[in-house]
Amino acid sequence: MATIAPDAPVRPAQRDERAPRPPRSPWRQRLSRWDVKVSPYLYISPFFLLFAVIGLFPLLYTAFVSVHQWDTIGGQGDYTGLKNFVDVLHQPHFWVSLRNTFSIFLLSSVPQVIMAILLANVLNANLRAKTFWRMGVLLPYVVAPVAVGLIFGQIFGDRYGLINSLLNSIGIESIKWHSDVLASHAAIATMVNFRWTGYNTLIFLAAMQAIPTEVYEAAVVDGAGRWRQFWSVTVPMLRPTVIFVVITSTIGGLQIFDEPRMFDQTGQGGSSRQWMTTTMYLYELGWGNQHNFGRAAAVAWLLFLIILVIGILNFLVTRRIASAGPGRGRGRRREPRPDAPATLDAQGAPGTERLGMLTPSTPDREA
Amino acid sequence: MASVPMTAQVAGAGAARRLARKQGLPTGRGYGVQRRPRWVTYVILALVLLISAYPIYYTFLLGSSDAGHIAQHPVPSLVPRGNFLENVRRVFDADIHFWKSVVNSLVIAVITSVSTVFFATLAGYAFSKLQFRGRRGLLVFIIATMAIPTQLGVIPLFIVMSRLGWSGHLIAVIVPGLVTAFGVFWMTQYLESALPTELIDAARVDGCSMIRTFWSVALPAARPAVAMLGLFTFVASWTNFFWPFIILNSDNPTLPMAVQLLQGTYFKDFSLVMAGVALSIVPLVILFVAAGRQLVAGIMQGAVKG
Repeated sequence: MATIAPDAPVRPAQRDERAPRPPRSPWRQRLSRWDVKVSPYLYISPFFLLFAVIGLFPLLYTAFVSVHQWDTIGGQGDYTGLKNFVDVLHQPHFWVSLRNTFSIFLLSSVPQVIMAILLANVLNANLRAKTFWRMGVLLPYVVAPVAVGLIFGQIFGDRYGLINSLLNSIGIESIKWHSDVLASHAAIATMVNFRWTGYNTLIFLAAMQAIPTEVYEAAVVDGAGRWRQFWSVTVPMLRPTVIFVVITSTIGGLQIFDEPRMFDQTGQGGSSRQWMTTTMYLYELGWGNQHNFGRAAAVAWLLFLIILVIGILNFLVTRRIASAGPGRGRGRRREPRPDAPATLDAQGAPGTERLGMLTPSTPDREA
Repeated sequence: MASVPMTAQVAGAGAARRLARKQGLPTGRGYGVQRRPRWVTYVILALVLLISAYPIYYTFLLGSSDAGHIAQHPVPSLVPRGNFLENVRRVFDADIHFWKSVVNSLVIAVITSVSTVFFATLAGYAFSKLQFRGRRGLLVFIIATMAIPTQLGVIPLFIVMSRLGWSGHLIAVIVPGLVTAFGVFWMTQYLESALPTELIDAARVDGCSMIRTFWSVALPAARPAVAMLGLFTFVASWTNFFWPFIILNSDNPTLPMAVQLLQGTYFKDFSLVMAGVALSIVPLVILFVAAGRQLVAGIMQGAVKG
């Protein structure tokens, strides 16, 4: 591993080519050594400074706020212990919001991952104009969630909506997309799927292209057809990627706000809060009529803990399912490249799974 | 038994196909990547493209209509009607500061993109190519922070911004976006493989200072990744709603906020609302046509999630 040593002796050959340089003064040498020592920390400091101010501090401060009475405008009140948490847990709206969040999350993430894998499999062929098709699946990603919410709010309109009109024209009764609980969740999940399926498809496609051809050859020699190849080779090989996608969509999905907020013009989550998510509830507590930052902070912490638990659960379940696939035991690990011994394979640290997967080791085969 | 791919390498594709046929293997589309797709594949892809694009076109169709017509014809005909420019004029005239919101969104997106790219490249360079104590631990820490939900911090962040007197000002949106964990991680990954260590050593031997080495060796090497990270940051910033919605007010909105205001105020006239939505989409669609290739490559290289 090459270290950047400032005081390394200058190679004679190189010195000969150049005009003779005046010998470095000790002062300059010290300066240079200092430069080498301090620079790396200087370079990474912007992130840590910013994180301390807008990440770490708020995290801890939320805990502080959550155990106080705290008015949005009036500010800090008395210390109340866990009262805010207890109050929140006694609010029916909190539980409704949790139910809605989970329902929307399941309706969006499960079909999305399945569709993305299938679509990636379709794209993983020697297509004509492949960049065009790839861009085609990604197009919805550039539409803001707010816009998606508005557009689909209209498409799923109860009276003048596109879908209901189409259903009526073939003799099916209108679905109450806004007033029915499950239908509203399905509509909102559709918005999420619209925006993210293509994105995840490309992630899966990249992972599929990194699967070595030899594995497929072996499967073909063993008499595997196309479906069998897909199930027994492609899907198990995608294990780390599935974990990555599921975890990131958990973090994002359980915080969903924009789409349900825009599903109707009041932004309350429906007349009986049938599609109010937990983040919408948090917003209502903090900035709605209640002006209660203490309770909002309690909700924030509860949400954080839930996301943490679900994330870990996801990780365990996905690993179990994917590694139970026939023909293979534990997941494939990328071998570290010989020229880079210091890859980021930290032992058992969070994110190891992600790192292993993200290391761009196999070059794009089509390049 | 000679393997088919080996034959393909040695004797050409034709010989390989013949061998495969002889061995009773499926030809052509038998292998993952090499298989030649049939027309069914293109039909599926065309359908997907239609699903991707139709809602955007639908927005434009409604935006070029008028409220009465939408109520009578919920399924718009594929030919746009003639009211789009008129609706656009009404959007700009509406009491929602639409122009200001466009400028605001642009200012925020440009500043955060440039700054994120710069600081992320700087940090990524340090993490991937420089030696220092605690390097690995700090990097793992940065990655772990990506898992912290942003929503968790909005309350104290709001309190802090209000104390600073930033609430309602663009700076309250810009500062939290100056550098992201994701950006640092992405740049570290990229520079790890894209920047030869010898190049840095050479620059150092030639007497470059550390920052000079970064500026004239690392930064040029990072250029493709810089473009991609810049694009992703731009899109993320342009479409961001939750935090601006909380900290800014309706006199000084971003574009998604203006769209939300439009819906709240004029929900009875959906042609007007949809014209506004169409206007908010257009800039990114243009960007997508011009640079979508980079976005695709970016996702596929780094498995990104904003």
